[in-house]
Amino acid sequence: MKLLQNLFDGMKPNFEKGGKWEKFHTLYEGHRTIAFAPDLVTKSKGAQIKDATDLKRVMITVVIAMIPALLFGILNIGHQHFIATGGEGTFLDKAIFGALTVLPTLIVSYAVGLATEFTFCVIRNHPISEGYLVTGMLIALVMPPFIPLWQVALATVFAVVIGKEVFGGTGMNILNVAMTARAFLYFAYPAQISGDLVWTYLGDKAAVDGFSGATALAVAYNSSIDGTPVVEALTSHNAAIGADYSFMSMFMGWIPGSIGETSTLMALIGAVILVATGVASWKIIVGGFSGAYAMGLVMNALQVNEFMAMPAHYHLVMGGLAFGVVFMATDPVSAAQTELGKWIYGILIGVLTVIIRVTNPAYPEGIMLAVLFMNVVAPLIDHYVVKANKTRRLQRATI
Amino acid sequence: MTKIVKLKKGFDLKLVGKAPLEFLQVAAATTFAIKPSDFPGIQRPKVLVNEGDTVKAGTPILMDKAMDQVIYASPVSGEIVEIKRGDKRKLLEIKILADTTVTHEKFGALDIEQDRATLVEKLAASGVWPNVIQRPYGIVANPADNPKAIFVSGFDTHPLAPEVPFLLQGDERYFQAGIDALAKLTTGKVHLNVDGSKAVPAIFSGIKNAQINQFSGPHPAGNVGTQIHHIDPINKGDIAWTVAPYGVVQIGKFVLEGIYDASKVIVLTGSELAQKGYVKTYTGANVSNFLGDSSQAENLRIIAGNILTGEKVDAQGYLGFYHNQVTVIPEGKYEEFLGWLKPSATKLSFHKAIGMFSFLKSGEFKVDTNTHGEERPFVVTGVFEKVMPMDILPTYLFKAIVTEDFDEMEELGLYEVIEEDVALCEFVDPSKNELQELVRHGIELLMYN
Repeated sequence: MKLLQNLFDGMKPNFEKGGKWEKFHTLYEGHRTIAFAPDLVTKSKGAQIKDATDLKRVMITVVIAMIPALLFGILNIGHQHFIATGGEGTFLDKAIFGALTVLPTLIVSYAVGLATEFTFCVIRNHPISEGYLVTGMLIALVMPPFIPLWQVALATVFAVVIGKEVFGGTGMNILNVAMTARAFLYFAYPAQISGDLVWTYLGDKAAVDGFSGATALAVAYNSSIDGTPVVEALTSHNAAIGADYSFMSMFMGWIPGSIGETSTLMALIGAVILVATGVASWKIIVGGFSGAYAMGLVMNALQVNEFMAMPAHYHLVMGGLAFGVVFMATDPVSAAQTELGKWIYGILIGVLTVIIRVTNPAYPEGIMLAVLFMNVVAPLIDHYVVKANKTRRLQRATI
Repeated sequence: MTKIVKLKKGFDLKLVGKAPLEFLQVAAATTFAIKPSDFPGIQRPKVLVNEGDTVKAGTPILMDKAMDQVIYASPVSGEIVEIKRGDKRKLLEIKILADTTVTHEKFGALDIEQDRATLVEKLAASGVWPNVIQRPYGIVANPADNPKAIFVSGFDTHPLAPEVPFLLQGDERYFQAGIDALAKLTTGKVHLNVDGSKAVPAIFSGIKNAQINQFSGPHPAGNVGTQIHHIDPINKGDIAWTVAPYGVVQIGKFVLEGIYDASKVIVLTGSELAQKGYVKTYTGANVSNFLGDSSQAENLRIIAGNILTGEKVDAQGYLGFYHNQVTVIPEGKYEEFLGWLKPSATKLSFHKAIGMFSFLKSGEFKVDTNTHGEERPFVVTGVFEKVMPMDILPTYLFKAIVTEDFDEMEELGLYEVIEEDVALCEFVDPSKNELQELVRHGIELLMYN
């Protein structure tokens, strides 16, 4: 390690004041603090010791919590490919096919995102923050299996610049950065991120007869038009080619969808990691699932069409709800920040997701819009929670 | 009416280096200092002595022109050896070389049954007054005010803190006299708050003229700010006073004996100190004699006070007016390869983020001054709330101070906190912000605008 330290020390003069790369000082520091936790000590007044946990460790915890979803996503893309094209694939075939499809997206997301971050850090001369470690992974996981890489790059730049940097960088943004990237693509290039054709990557092969690329949510929505019960429509979907949208398949995640979102199980594993480590708020996660379930029950009570009659627990495993609630809604910067606010925020995300899904034919996937909308509303929720605190203090004074 | 409060929020820092309950034989400190920086509210300090003057314990040596009734007195008898000034002649410290036997100014015993104005005037002129702290702001109290209550915390939950009953043994009479005098200064009550998890110590149990309240739970249960919040919180316009147990004794001694006696027991703690234990000395003592062999060692952080709220001093530095503790720990000026990722069960952390297994360890932690990361904007939420046992929203309060929003600062409860009340927030903050400094900045904004 001495070698690496010496390497950094050797470069240091160039980045110091008066050095030839003085402007890029923040990049030097950023990389050095990744290799080595810095040799900073506490100030002479105040707390003389500090907690051993820093923001880097918090962020890497989130990244690790997403790895099960990423690995499953890679495998599932291969799996869906072989089902749709009628080929036989071993575990290894599927994994390799999936990896070759996903990794370019992941690499572009990180490379472009970090480059944008670094540019802003140098221009503004503020330290490189570790927030993008999480965002980079999230952006890749909410993309369809195959998407033009230039679109990924464009969405990433848009999200980092407009979603984050214009507000002042990490910790200051209003909207979840990764969700902003997805929403950008959704409205700018809908052909590549919605419809029935983008969720299974066929590669250069043709789909087998009888294959339908519709997602579970689209199937559910269509059944409300033609009047077949949703559960029946889901279980018989693609049954001819050996696949289905049964509750179990959807829970496990063996269905088409965005790279990381299909498996409720993997999202739950992530949730366990995040809650056990105390990094994400369990209130938001529990609130999100219960809100969606409760709204599902309300829909059952109304039963205007078949989609509304679908058993409420199906909502929890369809689409990106689980992934969104666990990894997107819990982003501490864009979520509600008061403890009571987190309950309200989580529950409303669940409720809104189901309302959007069931009632709005234009947006079969509700979680994206629900999270973004609640990101905007979160400060308002907090405002009232904070106001209640102030009022308690004021009332105390007048008694 | 005893009030019993059980607190859940907070965090006990279990550190290596606790002192056994015994007195150490170390060479007495020979020089002592008074530092204006120990009194955050002091505005225009004026030195009342010259270098070379001889003084007794209790001789006025410093005053604040903004509050001229209050005298800051010499803790010992001896010679003023140096009046140290910094940039723009800012007064840094007044050093006194102590006589071998301390002689005192004789004020004469104080009759506390006389009228309040005379009582206050005599206390203010005696040197014991700076023990009386005003909330809000945590500054030396203005004798002209009439506080709604006076609070004394009878225990200290800071890391490695001294056992208060051990510090005060033999002072029972003075402690009662001090409480009696304080009771005359307020129209409200004197609250004596004791550790509810233990039997009430003898020195407090039979106390008269004060209401005993019991607090239990992790740190900051022993902080007087926490206690005020749960007994009789400070609202806008309120004034309460707080006095540490040692201050009560000092006031009591002045009442009964008519002297300013600055002798005090302090505790020597910390992993790097070979000899740990209790020592008898005087207020503002030079720390060098307490350090033993550690005074020569390199890379040590010598802290006047405790590890959360104390102040770094050098090996020839002095304790502050309110300090009763010296803590010595290693400096942490080192880089650690992938230190932010490496799993560890031996590094002290409030968090459980990936690789931080310290919550599994039950023993004591060895700590150093490394910050374990760089300063960042606020990102993680809900953490400060877990270590703040008050109905206060810390993150919102801090942001109000950062944006210098006066209304918000008031409404969110800045009147209820001083540095020590947010020290745990500063410790646990993964974004490594200097929150104690921030709170003092906010207080100064409110005070001087």
